[in-house]
Amino acid sequence: MPSAPRTLFEKVWQRHEVAPESQATPAVLYVDLHLVHEVTSPQAFTVLRQRSLAVRRPDLTLATMDHSTPTLTAQVFGGAPIAIESAARQVHELERNCAEFGVELLGLRSAERGIVHIIGPELGLTQPGKTVVCGDSHTSTHGALGALAFGIGTTEVGHVLATQCLLQRKPRTLTVNVEGTLRPGVTAKDLILAIIGRLGVSGGTGHVIEYRGPTIRALDMDQRMTVCNMSIEAGARAGMIAPDETTFAYLAGRPRAPRGADWERALAAWRELPTDPGARFDRELNIDANDIEPMITWGTNPGMSVAVGTAIPAAGDALYQRALAYMGFTPGQPIKDQPVNVVFLGSCTNSHLSDLRSAAALLRGRRIARGLTMLVVPGSQQVKRQAEAEGLDRVFLDAGAEWRESGCSMCIGMNGDVVARGQYSVSTSNRNFEGRQGSGARTLLASPLTAAASAVRGRVTDPRDLM
Amino acid sequence: MQPFATLTARTLVLPATNIDTDQIIPARFLTTTERTGLGAHLFADWRYDPAGQPRPEFVLNRPEAAGCAILVAGRNFGCGSSREHAPWALLDYGLRAVISTEIADIFRNNSLKNGLLPVIVDEATSGWLIAHPGAELTLDVAHATLTLPDGRVVSFPLETFARHCLLEGMDELGYLLGRRAEIEAFEKHRGESRP
Ligand code: SF4
Repeated sequence: MPSAPRTLFEKVWQRHEVAPESQATPAVLYVDLHLVHEVTSPQAFTVLRQRSLAVRRPDLTLATMDHSTPTLTAQVFGGAPIAIESAARQVHELERNCAEFGVELLGLRSAERGIVHIIGPELGLTQPGKTVVCGDSHTSTHGALGALAFGIGTTEVGHVLATQCLLQRKPRTLTVNVEGTLRPGVTAKDLILAIIGRLGVSGGTGHVIEYRGPTIRALDMDQRMTVCNMSIEAGARAGMIAPDETTFAYLAGRPRAPRGADWERALAAWRELPTDPGARFDRELNIDANDIEPMITWGTNPGMSVAVGTAIPAAGDALYQRALAYMGFTPGQPIKDQPVNVVFLGSCTNSHLSDLRSAAALLRGRRIARGLTMLVVPGSQQVKRQAEAEGLDRVFLDAGAEWRESGCSMCIGMNGDVVARGQYSVSTSNRNFEGRQGSGARTLLASPLTAAASAVRGRVTDPRDLM
Repeated sequence: MQPFATLTARTLVLPATNIDTDQIIPARFLTTTERTGLGAHLFADWRYDPAGQPRPEFVLNRPEAAGCAILVAGRNFGCGSSREHAPWALLDYGLRAVISTEIADIFRNNSLKNGLLPVIVDEATSGWLIAHPGAELTLDVAHATLTLPDGRVVSFPLETFARHCLLEGMDELGYLLGRRAEIEAFEKHRGESRP
């Protein structure tokens, strides 16, 4: 008898059940790739040390540093001390932990270092059908390759280090079907902001999202990662996209992807992964991509967004009032032409080579507005080198922007790259929470194109006005 | 982890919805390598002004906050970043339970692993709790119930395994380490059937 049709998520989940869940106990789920960074791991290594435990599978574990690392070349390569002392301690603690427990570390000066969610796919470690976890909620990014990837807490980091397993209740499934063509000037970032606007910031809670439909199939890998990255901003545990020829072409030849006969075998297995026809999801949402405009957030969560050419809602609930007060906006104010102090091009959402290219195309031959600061932070050292080989660094520098070493930087402001109190930042990152980019900072999330256009004008700008 | 059977305590109320973990503990305090000491920075940007002085109007700074061990918050508490520093900060401050109509997944997991009880209630109960800050409640883990001051009993979802772990003060790592034979068998099986 043929087995019942299954979703991509169900296939990956079932292949990793060491023990299925029961009424009394959660499933024991096996982890294929555990990514570790400096901020959410120190306390986990401490537990291992206290209980005299080893790392069970160092070969499935990879550490890097990104959140609190400096982006100034002098502090990364020039021997200048890391300006923030507690960040320096965290960096050194990760070095010590990795050495002691035999975990491979792409350290501060490694040519392969970068934001953890950029380097997993870039190295070819993130692969279809794998389970990928990291002590970071944007681990959902890796689902763009057809992996089941989700963020965990520090206690769970310890569980995976010690046992390579996690205790998990099986999440529900939600399919987001996207049809239609994204118009020129409209990017994957605008698409996911529109989806979050529809779902709401807790609409995905308890669910794994599978993004499907012709619009998704037409996205390249970088764009797919942008979409999956922000699944958590709708509350979802993970976002997934079925692997296809785009995925395979992306992975082929990457340093840690399978090769030769292994590649052929892997490919055959990966082709089995997409959701079977007739498989059922617990919920469904349909999105028409033709309608989507360049989007920008006006409030203090990623669900509070509008088309860049329109206005902030004229009225709302207590949360709306609070957000408006924090942002210093008036009800019904047009978002377009809002003055901007800072533009941040970076973060695990939008720091791929293609993101830098699209912003550079708009900035070429132009200058950023007087008095505005623009920080360009590539997602990894490899992205940085590739961008430099294409001369993108010159485009940014000639425009008056700063060109930095890779890391999380102003997405989270842990390394001192912060937006000053009360200032407005158009940022390509993923969270516009109060204080996210610095205490009192006001963040407007947008695509790299909208960010670049706003940098040129010094005001929130529809990129199509400059294209 | 300490066993958690029952708790009788007064509530602190933060009615805002979508309180994210960046508000619970701002990122600049995450460069610590310890679990302790974070209570001083709990809700730092709401609790202190830019000069570091307590804002007298903020709930945690009012005299009646002393001794409260239950936090009542608006819908979708704990969304955003996976930082376990959020439950650590709440516990370090002295809170033992969080009540909301919706609690974000990762925060909920992290809380249970540290003995901070996540309690999900219906709109009506939440509305009553928000309107009555300082109410004394009793939380009962074995029965997964909350008792209001007037004696009304409200149940909340708490799966069997989580309940067991809380009651016994059991840590999941011990449980997982106990499954070693199955994990080895799984790895062996995969090793044989994989490229
Ligand atoms: S870039 Fe921002 S969202 Fe992404 S991992 Fe770093 S801090 Fe988190």
